[in-house]
Amino acid sequence: MKLKQLEGLLGGLDQFPNPKVELEQYPTGPHIASRMLFTAENSFEDISNKVVADFGCGCGTLGVAAALLSAEHVLSIDIDPKSLEIASLNAEELEVDMDFIQSNVMDLRWRGQIVDTVIMNPPFGTRKKGADLDFLNVALKVASQAVYSLHKRSTREHVKRTALRDFNASNAEVLCELRYDLPKLYKFHKKKEVDIAVDLWRFVPGKHQS
Amino acid sequence: MRLLTHNMLSSNIKGVEKGFPLRIEAEKVVEKPVEMNADFLRKMFEKVEWKAFVEASRSMGYAQLPEEVDSGMLESDEFLSRFHHALLELHLEEGALVCPETGRRFPVNKGIPNMLLHEDEV
Repeated sequence: MKLKQLEGLLGGLDQFPNPKVELEQYPTGPHIASRMLFTAENSFEDISNKVVADFGCGCGTLGVAAALLSAEHVLSIDIDPKSLEIASLNAEELEVDMDFIQSNVMDLRWRGQIVDTVIMNPPFGTRKKGADLDFLNVALKVASQAVYSLHKRSTREHVKRTALRDFNASNAEVLCELRYDLPKLYKFHKKKEVDIAVDLWRFVPGKHQS
Repeated sequence: MRLLTHNMLSSNIKGVEKGFPLRIEAEKVVEKPVEMNADFLRKMFEKVEWKAFVEASRSMGYAQLPEEVDSGMLESDEFLSRFHHALLELHLEEGALVCPETGRRFPVNKGIPNMLLHEDEV
């Protein structure tokens, strides 16, 4: 599948009708989602024929993209039942088979090393400080091959240091710089649209204990 | 929810020592055929907890998996086909996943298990 085609398909998905600010619900737009998954597959072969988990899936965009790029099994997790409902419909709409779990990402307990790749657009921590790093911590424990994640560019050094030193990642690389276009979603947003500089990261987990 | 997912999930209630495998209460199971990928199956064979997988498959109404397995069976198309079917084509739509230690039920609706914990379980 070509990048433009993937981007087009993702652009047709439904998003949060009533986003919850306390969960930092922001849609992952088709531009970012398509580039993230396309890079993961074409540069690193981390998606096709793999078991992929989407942490904090929201309306399912990243997981759907993984399925379209031939992930063998996609598992998407979110705490909000309304989002999961929309995500299910989105998967059905694009005729992709995906599993969903309603849970707090931080609370799940996993058996074995079945998940190959974790993909995520985590909460940035504007509501709950450090939320994005909490997600990264769990992701690095669960993934056996790679973690793809978005973090604000302003936190770059901190993210790298924390991943390598505290979360035992064996590698932490910024793959590219993206602009996250956020339309005015919440009442407290003053500008009509705002542009956040984000880094697309690829982390490699350190050796897992059995 | 596929059995591949079930094979990765453990009860996450505070204090539970042996939370795997979750027992399946199947009220509605749906079959959705999907293309077989032998390489993927061979890879998964090394990772799947087999006893839990067979038991879970039985709970879903499919009893065609052998109890004992060895990697030699991966040469058999018949085995691969059954493995594939149970792992990826059976979906639990309605029912529950039950913690083996506490008996706590995690309901499954429209294929989605609700693993959210109550305050006292975290």
